[in-house]
Amino acid sequence: MISSRVSERIATAIFYLIAILVSALLIALIGYILYRGLRVIDWHFLTAAPLPFQAGGGIGPEIFNSLLLLFLTMLLTIPLGLGVGIYLSEFAGESGITRSIRICIESLASMPSIVIGIFGLMLFVTILKWGFSVLSGVMVLTVLNLPVMTRIAEDAIKNVSRDLREASLALGATQWQTITNVVLVAAIPSLVTGIILSAGRVFGEAAALLYTAGITTPALRFNDFNPLSYNSPFYLFRPAETLAVHIWKVNSEGLNPDASQIADGASAVLIIMVLLFNLVSRWTGSWLFNKKTGQ
Amino acid sequence: MISVDLSNKIGKYTTFACAILIITITMSILFLIAYKGLAIFTRDGVSLHSFFLSSKWNPDATPAEGGPFVGAAPFIAGSVAISLLALLFSAPFGIGVAIFMAEISTGWGRKIMQPVIELFVGIPSVVYGWIGLSVLVPLIRNHVGGMGFSLLAGSIVLSIMIFPTIASISTDSLMANPADIREGSLGLGVTRWQTILMVMVPAAMPGILTSIVLALARAFGEALAVQMVIGNAIRMPTSLLGPMHTMTSIITMEMSDTVMGTVSNDVLWTIAFILLLISFLFILLIRTINRGRTAMR
Repeated sequence: MISSRVSERIATAIFYLIAILVSALLIALIGYILYRGLRVIDWHFLTAAPLPFQAGGGIGPEIFNSLLLLFLTMLLTIPLGLGVGIYLSEFAGESGITRSIRICIESLASMPSIVIGIFGLMLFVTILKWGFSVLSGVMVLTVLNLPVMTRIAEDAIKNVSRDLREASLALGATQWQTITNVVLVAAIPSLVTGIILSAGRVFGEAAALLYTAGITTPALRFNDFNPLSYNSPFYLFRPAETLAVHIWKVNSEGLNPDASQIADGASAVLIIMVLLFNLVSRWTGSWLFNKKTGQ
Repeated sequence: MISVDLSNKIGKYTTFACAILIITITMSILFLIAYKGLAIFTRDGVSLHSFFLSSKWNPDATPAEGGPFVGAAPFIAGSVAISLLALLFSAPFGIGVAIFMAEISTGWGRKIMQPVIELFVGIPSVVYGWIGLSVLVPLIRNHVGGMGFSLLAGSIVLSIMIFPTIASISTDSLMANPADIREGSLGLGVTRWQTILMVMVPAAMPGILTSIVLALARAFGEALAVQMVIGNAIRMPTSLLGPMHTMTSIITMEMSDTVMGTVSNDVLWTIAFILLLISFLFILLIRTINRGRTAMR
């Protein structure tokens, strides 16, 4: 029988090995995507429109669509998520309604994104007749992101110290004044970190968008700012294939001879964006925190 | 100017309205998917038996041919097989990393592994699918056997995707253990490894189980990464190296090729409804696991 000292050593070594293996896998994955992708990426690839049936197209409109959908989704989810977060952390008691709100958030958070996608296909695309469009895409992304945002807001608000709240209330501020002028301000660093991290997730989502924002993009005229013209990038009722959806499409349809290069380049762009979201959320979070605490 | 009292009321009711919106959204999803999903039984007259237990698939077959055949068993079995297999690959690593971060290297180890886990979460699922397609599938084809598009490829891709869920929630759960129990155990002369195995892990068990159920939920719901590497053949998942289908992959593939209101479209909604019910089941399971502890959010 091995002594407990030896088994202790072996066990510790195994856990270090697991951690090293996992980290190595991450480095290999990211390194591989960047290595393959950076050979493809140039200015033309990042700005040109995709070409059907032939090689040499770019991913310009897809990048634009991803950013547009992300921006509009955040515009909707941040206030809504904050609203629910504030309600749950500040106003809600332990009533039946509060319990059902929590159950709904949990259910929504665990719903498969493809199911939310076809819900969007039914409600937004078909019943409301918005078609495969920017707006339908933004709506399902909002549904998808709302539980995440709510959790971020509630956690950030709950972590604000009690003293701050009580000091404000003792000075005669109302509950609402305390929330908007004291609690929310104190929660900003963790709110910003959470929001940027969730933006990374929204940016990479594809399954929910296949049947809502669609898998095509009309020829966009980037000098057309009239939001009512079909070829305007800002027209909300045009189909808008995002970068993540594009990676799926070129692989499953395989109409382009250079499909694998396109997927390599687009994957690298997605990964770079996600890395950026991660870094920026870390930096702004700690920067805001230092600024606020005066360090 | 609005009085402070009024602004207080407005604030309360606006935030309450946001909360009610969440209930409305959840209920609309449930009702719409249920309404569409049940049509196959109510309107098209398919029996429960021939949906759940049959593997005969030809929704377009006319009644004259004995159709329509909508046996969903291959998809349900496919989702179960791929998810359980992914869990089998992933759980040791996820729980291992959690123990590493919470008990073994709580200083720099945790500082390194935290962002590693976050980056695993951040990689989009289509990118996992693309790496699976361009690296894993050829690797399996050339060195293991078969076409490469397989249950094995799908479950490996999935295992990487669910790993961060297991690792991060298990870590939180282990770190929530009171320090007293560790010190008590070490003070009795028990080694660190025995303390982890006999004291810390059992104490964190509800949290670890929660992480596993959430990981399973994620595995069941993942669509594109899986669909890209499993070959999408309608057959029971009887071999590791054979192509297969899952509930999410058939919805992904067929939804655009079928016309709304036909049997072949209705059955996809039924599969989506089952997916929804399964995700509710997982939530219920988590609530049962954590009953009596502080409410999980």
